[in-house]
Amino acid sequence: MVALIPLFPFVGFLVNATCGRRLPKVVSGGLASLAMVAAFAVSALSVWQLAALPVDARAIEQTVYTWIASGDLVLGLTFRVDPLSAVMILVITGIGSLIHIYSTAYMHDEPDSEFARYFSYLNLFAAFMLVLVLGASFVVMFVGWEGVGLCSYLLIGFWFKKKSASDAGKKAFVVNRIGDYAFILGMLLLFTRFGTLDFQGVASAVAGLPPEATFGALSLATLLLFIGATGKSAQIPLYTWLPDAMEGPTPVSALIHAATMVTAGVYMIGRNAVLFSHTPETMMVVAVVGAATALMAGTIGIVQNDIKRVLAYSTVSQLGLMFLAMGVGAFGAGIFHLYTHAFFKALLFLGSGAVIHALHGEQDIRNMGGLKAGLPITYWTFLIGSLAIAGVPGLAGFFSKDEILFETFADGHTVLWVVGALTSLLTATYMFRLVFLTFHGSASAKATADTHDLAWNAGLPSHAHSHGHGAGSHLHDAPPAMAIALVVLALGSVLAGYVGVPHALGGHNQLATWLEPAFEAEHTASATAEVVAPAAEPAGGLQASGEASEESETGEARLELTLMGVSSAIAFLGIGIAAFIWLKRRPSTSSGQVEIADRMAQRFPGLHRLLLNKYYVDEVYDAAVVQPIRIISEEGLWRGFDVRVIDGAVNGAASIVDGGAWMLRRLQTGSVRTYAGSVIFGVTMILGYYLWR
Amino acid sequence: MDGWLGVLIMIGLGIGFAGVMVGLSLLLGPKNPTPEKLAPYECGMAAVGDARERHSVKFYLVAMIFLLFDIEVAFLYPWALALRDLGWPGFVQIVTFFLILLVGYVYVWRKGVLDWGPVSSRVRSQRPKAA
Amino acid sequence: MFNSAFDAIVPLLCVTLAALASMSAEAFRGKGERMPIGGLGIVGLAGAAVSCVLLWNRNTSSFGVIVADNFGLFVTMTLIIVGLLTIMFSSQVLDLHDLPRGEYYTLVLFAIAGMIMMATANDLLVLFIALEIMSLAVYVLTGIRRDDQRSSEAAFKYFLLGAFSSAFFLYGIAFTYGVTGSTRLDRVGTFLAAQSMADNPLLLVALGLLLVGFAFKISAVPFHMWTPDAYEGAPAIVTGFMSTGVKAAAFAAFARVFLSAFEPFSADWAPVVWVIAAATMILGTVVGVAQSNLKRMLAYSSIAHGGYLLVGLVAANQVGKAAILFYLLAYAVTNLAAFGVIAMLGARDRANDELRDYAGLWQSHPALAALMTVCLLSLGGIPPTVGFIGKWYIFSAAVGSGYYGLAIIGVLTSVISVFFYLRVVVMMYMAERDGAPALPRVGAVGMTALAIAIFAIFYLGILPTAVLDLAAASISTIF
Repeated sequence: MVALIPLFPFVGFLVNATCGRRLPKVVSGGLASLAMVAAFAVSALSVWQLAALPVDARAIEQTVYTWIASGDLVLGLTFRVDPLSAVMILVITGIGSLIHIYSTAYMHDEPDSEFARYFSYLNLFAAFMLVLVLGASFVVMFVGWEGVGLCSYLLIGFWFKKKSASDAGKKAFVVNRIGDYAFILGMLLLFTRFGTLDFQGVASAVAGLPPEATFGALSLATLLLFIGATGKSAQIPLYTWLPDAMEGPTPVSALIHAATMVTAGVYMIGRNAVLFSHTPETMMVVAVVGAATALMAGTIGIVQNDIKRVLAYSTVSQLGLMFLAMGVGAFGAGIFHLYTHAFFKALLFLGSGAVIHALHGEQDIRNMGGLKAGLPITYWTFLIGSLAIAGVPGLAGFFSKDEILFETFADGHTVLWVVGALTSLLTATYMFRLVFLTFHGSASAKATADTHDLAWNAGLPSHAHSHGHGAGSHLHDAPPAMAIALVVLALGSVLAGYVGVPHALGGHNQLATWLEPAFEAEHTASATAEVVAPAAEPAGGLQASGEASEESETGEARLELTLMGVSSAIAFLGIGIAAFIWLKRRPSTSSGQVEIADRMAQRFPGLHRLLLNKYYVDEVYDAAVVQPIRIISEEGLWRGFDVRVIDGAVNGAASIVDGGAWMLRRLQTGSVRTYAGSVIFGVTMILGYYLWR
Repeated sequence: MDGWLGVLIMIGLGIGFAGVMVGLSLLLGPKNPTPEKLAPYECGMAAVGDARERHSVKFYLVAMIFLLFDIEVAFLYPWALALRDLGWPGFVQIVTFFLILLVGYVYVWRKGVLDWGPVSSRVRSQRPKAA
Repeated sequence: MFNSAFDAIVPLLCVTLAALASMSAEAFRGKGERMPIGGLGIVGLAGAAVSCVLLWNRNTSSFGVIVADNFGLFVTMTLIIVGLLTIMFSSQVLDLHDLPRGEYYTLVLFAIAGMIMMATANDLLVLFIALEIMSLAVYVLTGIRRDDQRSSEAAFKYFLLGAFSSAFFLYGIAFTYGVTGSTRLDRVGTFLAAQSMADNPLLLVALGLLLVGFAFKISAVPFHMWTPDAYEGAPAIVTGFMSTGVKAAAFAAFARVFLSAFEPFSADWAPVVWVIAAATMILGTVVGVAQSNLKRMLAYSSIAHGGYLLVGLVAANQVGKAAILFYLLAYAVTNLAAFGVIAMLGARDRANDELRDYAGLWQSHPALAALMTVCLLSLGGIPPTVGFIGKWYIFSAAVGSGYYGLAIIGVLTSVISVFFYLRVVVMMYMAERDGAPALPRVGAVGMTALAIAIFAIFYLGILPTAVLDLAAASISTIF
């Protein structure tokens, strides 16, 4: 039954890819959404079955067939639902269904064939994403890993007529290839080390080993896997593609670049919790990179002016927090945040999509303002999402973010905790900057008058022309399909956190309890006695926090409450700062008064420029990596080794010259001689090596 | 190396003989050049034009095909010598070989490669649609 | 079959007879008369396939120089598949360009006969003859568009350099004979295993020269220079044929000579092949990135794929050897299908093989674009296509034998290579077709062949075990 979960969207993909262009939109969009809802139903059923199993045997496995069997590697196409993948499939199919439904309205202005193309990609993505999380071995996961990358690439470049969109697609692809490269190497290294690529096989093999005190083969393998994760999950140094990926349709940004695909790296580390906790060096790297990314992306997010880019940097930043949690061994907390983040970030993206939809393609928040009245549903849901991500107590983001910060602090990483807290402050600030600039204040002059022109300039193919409701000031709130998704996600953003209410607040943190077996070595009934023995002892990272909890239960609760208070204060402080700077804003053009933000920008011009230009990382990469490779490839190797003499022959006056003369002339100018020279060179090298070595 | 000595002597003799003959005629021959004598020998005719001119592709085709079938015939001699030892299997093999050659020959013939000179009327009548 | 000395050459005979038959048919064909000459070829190849199946596991040999062991038969089957697909793709192309049908099919069949002979030859001299049979046919095929200057020039270059490299190969055979006293591979192998010939300079020279001969045919760096020109100049379908058939045959012979007869000297040849493999992968990939002509790009890609195969050869453990055979099959089907698409999209007056000619293919030829995408993804090694399984095996063999360096280079280059395969996909799906002339429709036969190839790509990618077992069983017969 488990195999049905990815099968449904895959069938949807096949139908839409083969005959979607001949189907009306209702059918193709409906079919795609239906496939996702069916997948969600099956997922829910599987999880329900899973929950019925005893705690230490919570895994449903299905081997579809033996995929590869040769030599010492026997690999089945095996899907496994365990507590960890259960959370993931619910998130993917649940939020995926909502986003599919939302998309039927959002993409409605596309022509039929494009509409079908969009939904076929989206379904294919969902299928691959489900394979990724359900795969019981690295190789099956890798199938999904590559597949989602491909779909993300296709979807970012969906509006390929915009050059920036196809460029962004290309960039995402190239950056991800670097990550994939490391991932494959890590996989091969693990395979040589353990002779298996099954997650449980690796975990039980590792569990018997002591944690690696110094940087060894395991650390290298996990580090390579982590580099793979930085590519997929947009962490330093491979994060640059994600903000550009916002060129894709907004529902895609919500599904792929916020809720699901980008969390694959976090999931991968969680999946290999045992392995990672045996390599403290890598864990440290993961934590530091995560924290650094969180802070850096947060600072960039505060000055960006494109509504989707702010959200993109926010995603990068939140992913950084998740990696921080993973790095300090708080795997449960990381996954918890992944889960809550999926709700509110999807909500925020869909909300921004509704805004963009209403404004016919306008994305610059400086040209927005006062949309609160015109777009009530969008405003209120967006506000809930922002409160959730800011960490206001009672909402989803509060519980998960707080757990990460608490675990970080409890694990003794005070500096990382400070970074995390700072990131929370920034998060609250930039999110409410977004809210205030977009929805509050007076309607910006530009927003009403220039919208159409701007939309035309932006070259958006769909919304620019078909939504001509006469005057630009005529706003229309989200249509029903979009509104449903927004409201459901808003509910989720409020309630999702209550599965993980910490003990300190009198909760039971069900999610952590639920997930716990997934981070241990072996827990299926099929486990042999030999394997269980080492697995019984908790793995490194968990051990630390476990010991801490034994020492003083009450002291910990007090600490947690204190930290909770601190982070709540931080959230309100951030909102306050945003309100102080941006809520009172007036259009600087009409009155002589200069905004606080502008004044600050003038006070620190260097810093402002640095942030606005995203620390110039793109430029540095271009100069340090892209250009050299291009030059080597095109100028060096191609011109040097690939002397294309044939062009000269054909393009020249050759066609007038009779018979075989041109051929002879080519011979005498030496093209074949060059080639023969290369052969001679090779012969000389080989024989020389043999005779004089 | 013993077996190769004869070969070496043979090579030496060959080079030496040719060198001595040319050298002697250079040294001893009377030199009384006239333009006619210096001209390249052309069957007694006066040389016309450059020798390095291009020939019709037909010439190369026929030459190549001649060479091909001529060389294949060379296989017949060793086979004929060993016919008794090879027996019937050998016979079958050489017949197969020649059948294959025959197919090639028929192909070449039918394609009109052997028609020396301009396209003959025979070919034309055979292939009514030829241009 | 009748257990005679002829058993092992039955597949060869089938193909040769088909070639002779199509030659005779062409000879007696009236001007303008249409004959199903391609059908003759298909019959011959099918006969060869049947005889391969019957010969399986029988390990027969004819006259001591042709052996029908499972290894040879596996490669023969691969070559038969290449031949069948080539013939199916060709029919449309031949009509379009008015190419001489009879001669074309005859040459293809003779080339396949030569390839099969290479794959099953157990004697260096027979191997050489097979190499020449194959090469001569392919030289002519390269230049079969006589009105096209690129085609003629490509054929001429290929011929000159091919003859050049054949000389090295022949020298290698001569030296081998001089040292070991035989050209029979089994005898050479026994001799080398028994005698302590380490550091015998003559033998090392023989080794080096044979290596050069093979390296040329599989277009390994630095003997690859002819490849881009020849591949670009030849008609696309011929390019497909030679980039798969010639490479498969040459690799089979390469593996047979180096992994059986010269196995005792693997310590001597492995480092050299290591360097060649690395250089081949790197150059093929990096230069491929800079290409804007699809045929030329695939030429470099095929150079790079030769490099991956060499990795399998270097990492000659049990997995690596089976991986070579599997990869050969995988690569042959995939690459041929890709070239088939290019060939069938060629118009009479323009080749349509520039990258930009593929802009918006999805709009005009949705099925073809999808099939081409699958081929390209398979070439790039994206799961769940056969390309992924093939690469996975090659690299895990390399890692298993401790060749980490090669594995790292291999993974890196295959990661980079996806960039240029995907560029074509992007062109097909994400670009506007503005101004460029419309592409021709593709005929039913061609689409059938393509569908078969795509089915194979997915079948071997999703259910590879059966064929992998076959490959593993085959390779164990010679080593």
